[in-house]
Order: sequence, then C-alpha cells, then structure tokens
Amino acid sequence: MYNVFQKTGISCLCENLKQQPSMEEHIVIIGNGISGVTTARHIRKLSNKRITIISAETDHFFSRTALMYIYMGHMKFEHTKPYEDYFWKKNRIDLKNAFVENVDHANKNLQFADGSTMAYDKLVLAVGSKPNKFGWPGQDLKGVRGMYSKQDLDALEEYAPNNEVCKRAVIVGGGLIGIELAEMLNSRNIPVTFLVREESFWNGVLPAGESAMINRHILNHHIDLRLSTNLKEIIADENGRARAVVIPETGEELACDFVGLTAGVSPNIDFLKDSGIELGRGIKVNRYLETNIPDIYAVGDCAEQHEGIGMRRPIEAVWYTGRMMGETVAQTLCGNRIEYKPGHWFNSAKFLDIEYQTYGWVFSERSNMEHQQLFHWKHEDDTKCITVATEVGTGKFLGINTFGIRMRHEVFDRWLTEERSSDYVMENLATANFDPEFYKHFEKEILSAYKSENTFAKA
Amino acid sequence: MSLTGGAPASINTTQKIGVLVGMAGLFILLLATFNVNLGNQAVWLAIALSAITAGIIVFAKGAYANKLPGIKNDGVWFKSMSSRGVLGWMAGIALTGFYIILYFYAGVLGLGQGVDGANTGLVGLFDPLSRFLSGNPASQWFVYGTLYTIAILAFGIKFMWKYRHNRYEQLRTVSVMFFQTAFAFVIPELMARLNTDNFSLPYNDLKLMWPLNYYAFDQWRVDQFINAQTVGLAFLIFGILTIFVISPILTYKYGKRWYCSWVCGCGGLAETAGDPYRHLSDKGMKAWKLERWMINTVLVFSVVMTTAVISTYLGYDSTKYWFTKNTFLISVGAFLTLVFAIVLYYKKDQLNTSAFKGAIGAFVITIGFLVAMSFMDFSQIKINASYFSFGLNTNEYALDGAMRTFYGFGIGSIFSGVIGTGFYPILGNRVWCRMGCPMAGILGIQQRLFSKFRITTNGGQCISCGNCSTYCEQGIDVRAYAQKGENIVRSSCVGCGVCSAVCPRGVLKLENDSLKGRINPKDVLLGNDVDLMNYVNNK
Ligand SMILES: Cc1cc2nc3c(=O)[nH]c(=O)nc-3n(C[C@H](O)[C@H](O)[C@H](O)COP(=O)(O)OP(=O)(O)OC[C@H]3O[C@@H](n4cnc5c(N)ncnc54)[C@H](O)[C@@H]3O)c2cc1C
Ligand code: SF4
Ligand code: SF4
Repeated sequence: MYNVFQKTGISCLCENLKQQPSMEEHIVIIGNGISGVTTARHIRKLSNKRITIISAETDHFFSRTALMYIYMGHMKFEHTKPYEDYFWKKNRIDLKNAFVENVDHANKNLQFADGSTMAYDKLVLAVGSKPNKFGWPGQDLKGVRGMYSKQDLDALEEYAPNNEVCKRAVIVGGGLIGIELAEMLNSRNIPVTFLVREESFWNGVLPAGESAMINRHILNHHIDLRLSTNLKEIIADENGRARAVVIPETGEELACDFVGLTAGVSPNIDFLKDSGIELGRGIKVNRYLETNIPDIYAVGDCAEQHEGIGMRRPIEAVWYTGRMMGETVAQTLCGNRIEYKPGHWFNSAKFLDIEYQTYGWVFSERSNMEHQQLFHWKHEDDTKCITVATEVGTGKFLGINTFGIRMRHEVFDRWLTEERSSDYVMENLATANFDPEFYKHFEKEILSAYKSENTFAKA
Repeated sequence: MSLTGGAPASINTTQKIGVLVGMAGLFILLLATFNVNLGNQAVWLAIALSAITAGIIVFAKGAYANKLPGIKNDGVWFKSMSSRGVLGWMAGIALTGFYIILYFYAGVLGLGQGVDGANTGLVGLFDPLSRFLSGNPASQWFVYGTLYTIAILAFGIKFMWKYRHNRYEQLRTVSVMFFQTAFAFVIPELMARLNTDNFSLPYNDLKLMWPLNYYAFDQWRVDQFINAQTVGLAFLIFGILTIFVISPILTYKYGKRWYCSWVCGCGGLAETAGDPYRHLSDKGMKAWKLERWMINTVLVFSVVMTTAVISTYLGYDSTKYWFTKNTFLISVGAFLTLVFAIVLYYKKDQLNTSAFKGAIGAFVITIGFLVAMSFMDFSQIKINASYFSFGLNTNEYALDGAMRTFYGFGIGSIFSGVIGTGFYPILGNRVWCRMGCPMAGILGIQQRLFSKFRITTNGGQCISCGNCSTYCEQGIDVRAYAQKGENIVRSSCVGCGVCSAVCPRGVLKLENDSLKGRINPKDVLLGNDVDLMNYVNNK
C-alpha cells in the first residue's frame, strides 16, 4: 500500500482507453528493438492510434545489450525483457512475429515472407543492424557467426556450449561487441584468440593511454589478444563446419571450433533494396527522421542522416540514440513535427571488469583532431584512468572519458551546456563523482597531475 | 535450451576441498546428534566449527582468489544450487527440516534428554562453549545462535571476497558481522554471567528492536527489565528510545538500510549465507501486490497484538506500572491518529488511490481494535480449539493468549525461520524481510515518506539490461525506474547496494540527499533535445 504512491513503468500509458480506435490511423513499426518500442510507447502516451510492431526475431522486446549475460548465466532470457508480457496488450500495442519481405509504398502495404500482407497508414522502419562481413573466404560456414541477434546467441550455445565442444574460439574484430564476446566465451573457460586489426584495442575511438590499459586488461583475463592481426580465411572440415582460421601476418593456421565476426555492424536493409526508399549505407532520413517517401520514417541503427549532426556520425548505432529517435519521431507522428536534435554526446560500455563512460567529445590521437588537446591520468592499479579533451587556445572543456570511475551524466551535461573550461571541470571533478559510497576518491591526485602538466591556457 | 555441463556450472578443485572440509564439520555435528560418543566434547566441537568455517572460506578462495576483482555472477543460473535445481531443492528441504526440528522437536537434538535433564546429543556437544560464555548449559537456541553466527561470519568473509572491489559492500558486511557476533551472540551470553539469585538481567539483544522482537513488551519481559532495576530500566528506556527516536532519525538520514543491511541479524544472514540466492526473488507485478498486502497486514497485526498484550496486564496489574489500561489505549490511539494525520496532510499528493485506500483501511482496523480492547477483556474471551482443529485439540484458550501464540508461531517461527530461511534456495534470500517483517514494514513507510535516502539514476545511461532487477533480493524492478530516469524510492529497498554494484553502466547510486526532487519520473531522458525534454517532462 505505501509503496505504490506513484505508478511505475508498468502502469497504463494511455489516458482515454475506453474510446474505441476503429477509425484511428494505423501505425506500423518494423522492428521491436529499443527504437521501435520507444516509438510505440510514446505514440501510445500521446494518442489513441492503432499500433502494430512487427519483428522476426522474438515475440517480445528484449534488451539486446543484455544478450551476453544470458550466455554467461547472469540472467535468463526472460530477465532481459524490460516489460512484462501483459504490458503490450494492456497498452494496446499489437505484436506480430513475421518477416517483412517487401514494402509496397504505393499501396501502403507490407508483404510478409509467408505471403500474407498488412496495410499501414504510417510506417516506421526500426530494423536495426546486422554484423559486417567483409567477404572473407569461409565467412558463411557453420560455426561462424556474428553476435547481434537472439538467433546468434542460440547458435553460440550450439557451437560453443563449453570447452569440450569448443576447444578454441576465434574472434575477429576489436570493438565493443568483440570484447563482449571474448568475455562471454571466457566465462565458460573456452580459450579465446582475439584478432584485432589495429595496433591497439579500439584505438580509432580511444586515446592511446586508455587503449593500452585495456590491452593489458584483456591479457590479464588470459585472452589471447593478437594486435595488428587480420583474418585471411576460415577453413572448413568435411561437414562444412569451421575448423581453423588462417592469419595472413604469420601464415599460421589456428585450429578452432567457433569464429565470431564482430568487425562492426551495418544497417539491416537488404529487404528494402527495390522498395524505392532512398538508401545509402542505411535508410536516408532528414532531420525529421522522414525518408524520401511520405509517411515512411526510419529510426535507430538503420537510419542514416544526410549529414552527421554536429560531430556525430550519420549512422549512430547505439542504444541511446535509438531511444532518442523514438522519442522524437513519436512527436512527429502525433502531430507535433519536430527535428531530431540530440543533446550532448554520451555513451558507456564495459570492458571485462572495467566500466567506461564518456561525455562530450574525446577523439583518439588517430583521428587527428587538431583542435583538441588531451590530458590523461591513470591510477597505478592499471584499472582506472580518465582523459579530458580541451580546446586548443580557448581552454574550453570538450569532453571526458572515464574508466573505472563513475561520473554523473547530469553534471557533465550541464558543464557542457555552460561551456565550462577544463580548469573549472578539473577543480570541480568531485561534484561529478558517481561512485558508490565509501569508494576511494582520486580527484585530488587527478587535479595535481593536471596542474603539474600545466599546459593549458587559462580560460 | 540444453545447458552444458560447461565450465561455469562446475566447481574447481579448491572448491571441492572446501566442500569436503565443511561437510566433515557438519558430519561431526550429525554424529553428535545421533549420540555417537565422540569423547572430549570441547575438542570435537572446536574441530567441527573450525571445519565448517574453514570449508566455507576455502570454497570462497577457490571461487574468487584467482579472478580479477569484479562482478562474479558467471553461471549463477546454470548451477543447480543457485537456480532451483536438484541441489537447491535439497538444500531447501534440509534447512526447512532443521528449522522444524529446532522449533518443535528440540528433544531430537538432545535437549534435556540425559540424566536429570542434562543435555545429550547435539545440544550436549555445545555445552562446553555455552558454559564458557554464560556459565549455563546449552539450549537448542544456543546451538542455533552459534551456528547462525558462524554462518554470518564465514559467509560474510566469502561475500567480502566476492565484492573485494566494492567498499560499500565490504563495510556493511563487516558491520553485520560485528553486530551479530557482539550484540546478538557474545554480549547477551556474558550478561547472563552477572545474574545472581536476587538480581537477574534480562536476556537482551540490544539491536533487536520492536516490532521485529514481537515479545519486547510482554509482561514477563517488562517485569524482567523492571526487576533488574537501574540497568534493566536503562535497557527498557533504550528500547523505547530506539523505536520512537533513534530509529526514525537514522531512517530519515540514511533510509532503512542502516538497520536492514548494516545491523539486523536476519538481514545479516540473508546478505551473507543467503547471497547466492538473491536473484530468486520474484520481480512480477503480482508478487509486488502480495508483498504490500502481506507486510502491512503483519504490521497492523503486530501493533494490535502488542497493544493488546500490554493493555491486558495493565488491566489487572495497573498499580505496578505507571499507566492504566485506558490511558494507555487512549494514548496509543491518539499517537496513531496524530501520525496518520501528519502523513495525510503532508504526503497526500504522493499517495495514489490504492495506497490511500489501503492506508485508511489499515488505520480504521487498528483503531477499531483499540476501541474493542477498551471495552472487552480479551483474556476473558475463550476460544475452543476444537473448532479449528477438527476436534483434535479440545482445549480452551483465552483470545489474547491465542492471538499471541498464533503470532509467535505464525510470524516468529514459521515465517521468519522455516519459510524465511529454509526457503532461501527456492524463494530467494529475503522473503521474510520483504513479506513478513513488521519492522521492515514500519521502516519502509518512513523510508518511503520521510527519508533522504534514494537510489539516484544516472541521467540517460541505462541500457535496460536488467541486471539490477535480477539481482535485487527485494524483488524491486529497479530497471523499470532506471530506464525512465527516475530515482528509486521504494519502501522495501533495504539498501544492499547490489543493484548499483552489478549495473554494467554505472547508472545507480545509493545516496542521502535533499527531499526535493527525490521522486522524479521523466518521459524523455537526459541526452535528448533540451526543448523536447522541457516540453514533455513538464507537461
Ligand atoms: C551484443 C551487443 C551489445 C551492445 N551493447 C550496447 C551498449 O552497451 N550500449 C549501446 O549504446 N549500444 C549497444 N549495442 C547497440 C544497441 O544494442 C543497438 O544500437 C540497438 O539495439 C539498436 O536498436 P534498434 O531498435 O535500432 O534495432 P534492433 O534492436 O536491431 O531491432 C531491429 C529489429 O527489427 C527486426 N527486423 C529487421 N528487419 C526485419 C524485417 N524485414 N521483418 C521483420 N523484422 C525485422 C530485427 O530482427 C530486430 O529484431 C549493442 C549491440 C549488441 C549487438
Ligand atoms: S540500471 Fe544498470 S543494471 Fe539496471 S537495467 Fe539499467 S543499465 Fe542495466
Ligand atoms: S533496490 Fe538495490 S539496494 Fe534496494 S534492495 Fe534492491 S538491490 Fe538492494
């Protein structure tokens, strides 16, 4: 009684449920990931429209970011569903498990793989991504998979359930999903060889000091990290199943039972090739998330802006941007046409045991950003560090990467809006700390390191 | 899914040694239970208890020592023991059986079975330790208390090892280990040493406060306190102060965690020995509804019971105490009305309809009982047990006694012991704390309405992964709040901090901060267009 003083997320979203929606517009959303589901939830909050979500992956929305925890035994699949199953019916969001083969926009009609069809008034494409494959010989063999979908996870369970069936796994591509896959396999004591094309892990994004620290952390977990190493081909056994990979640098043939392809993702838009919807790498949209065809919109991983917004890339394949696009397009669909105008960039990830957060923009040395100057501090235990980017000349704070120290989103968002100087940020770093109570604080140490470097113009 | 005899479900050699050593210790206890003559009891008891402790610690070493600091939940849902598999059920049945014997068949353990009522068997084995501490022979409760304390200490070390990167978890574990050992175990035993023929200190666990300690104000206890003169009176006053002053202040400043996760022995066992089962709590909406009904009913019941008990002996013995029955009842009624009025006045906007109705209902029932008590003497109402026992038991009981027995039996033994702990491996480690503890009920209301404590959500960083909800032992759907950017302000949260620890994106922080903006649901999260955020969130 006393703890329901206010409603939770599971409460009913619509205020006037009793009205029958017979004449209401039918909004169809392809894709039940975060972007599609956010769109649907917000449309329901704002209107009484008929809503259908279609997906060929799972019956209900689950959190893709949590797939790894199922394999690692931290959670079961049902725990990754952010809403209980009754939620959809209660909020009158129809769900359909089917694969859309074709969008016939002239007749506002969808064709499904089983031959049936569905009419729509407005269509939202939230079809997400698929793992990249770069034409490696053997990339479609059995036992070679990306790590994106529920089906990928099921395949992993089949080909790499334990270290007897899978004596070694090879992961190709050193990004966020690659390191998650390495952690997953490692949790079942399956030996992992991790092929990374770059000379240091994820150094296209991370500054050198951070990237080097993560290299060491990966090795500490007994993962066989091979930097500056490519994949030449995957060799099959007599049953068409991967049995080894060939590494061009050394000519080595490495026996393995599973190969994970994690060299990035790209929009999952093959089925739209002949639809007349303008495509680039993704589905081309304007700032209102509208495609070239009226009444068709695209959000999430699959949407490609004609031009990147600010420093952002035209395609942003992260959870938060999918959610924000959903929040935005729902307004437009309900009569309040607004631009997609994301605020300050932020993101987070976890590299094995080390949490990573970023606010604002910090570019790696490799991206040759001449306007920024980096300050780097690392704790002696080699699991915590921060990097602060400052604008050359003005001393303005541009962004921060933190590893092993949690920071407050709200505070950094405010500082970025207020265009604070890095000096100010460093002096006040303690206000932004978000670590649990009783954790050791390092602000003093960081500040004195910052002062002793003393390279920045006072702003 | 066909799951794998794979690595995460198996245990390594060190862990196997740990299990072996620990089991050897338990085996000695079992032999003692069956009256196998082991010879020197003190030595065998020391061996058994050391083996159990060492076994647990060696097991923990095997589990965590060779791993880097970090979250250690690999394979939790694959292991039979922690995922309601065969081992889990076996452990549950064994524990439940132990509780049933303990509560109802202590004779089986050897209590008073020897010559002249001396102890034999398991209880007898504990005699030397008991004599060493208090000078008296052991009872089944002493056996239980010792094992309980050892469990908190050894599993506490395991827990601290598991969370060696997390100082919040470590400190609160040290705290519960300390309070259990000192306040619940050693001090009360030592106090018994001070007793003489004409002076007797009440057996008192200072941290065990009403209403968790439902017999706190029974006549024999209050008399014990009063008879022990200054010391006893000091205890009694301290007890009353904790309830009405100390506890509300601490709960205001830190939330109910100061008690539930830092001091309480039930919580202590749940957090240490029960930790491997925390994810088994039910997170569904139905469980939440049940929880609200249960815990508030228990709370009303305990208030009514305690008032009834006190008013009974005030009724026939009023010269001995400062109050008469009716002044007492009226002051309780006035106090409750005042508290209720204050809540309604200041917090009405935070009550939704169902909470509002529930609160009114609980209040009316409570006051109704108080009125009834002032007109009736419950000890005069007789109940014939044959109505309820299909004629098996034909005794008559007075209503007050019957209620008290029911409460002590139903809540005290069955719920807190048999179900609360025995069912750890099935229902999760905090069912009792969540569903049945009246203390948690009171602290919860305070925490929900008058406290600076909350779990802050970090802007828009949540990825809805569900680790927090899965590992919340109180069955709170933490994610439902986090993914809305809303702080978690829930009466049932015991502030264990595990949701914050397991969150892979650093979204959750337990804090004490100002009351303003403590509850802050958002439709559009931080990170999006500021205009849109203002437009939607301020609607
Ligand atoms: C392992 C992993 C970990 C990640 N971790 C993070 C993280 O920590 N932080 C972060 O910000 N991001 C993370 N991401 C990225 C993030 O999950 C994605 O950006 C996000 O899920 C994209 O959501 P979406 O709604 O755009 O698309 P999706 O979630 O991909 O949903 C699209 C859905 O549409 C369905 N679909 C596509 N085409 C059709 C069709 N023709 N017919 C029917 N159904 C169709 C697909 O099957 C899919 O279910 C991670 C991704 C992965 C794979
Ligand atoms: S708060 Fe953290 S653990 Fe909970 S769902 Fe969000 S990201 Fe996951
Ligand atoms: S909400 Fe978090 S701190 Fe509170 S009981 Fe649940 S896991 Fe523990």
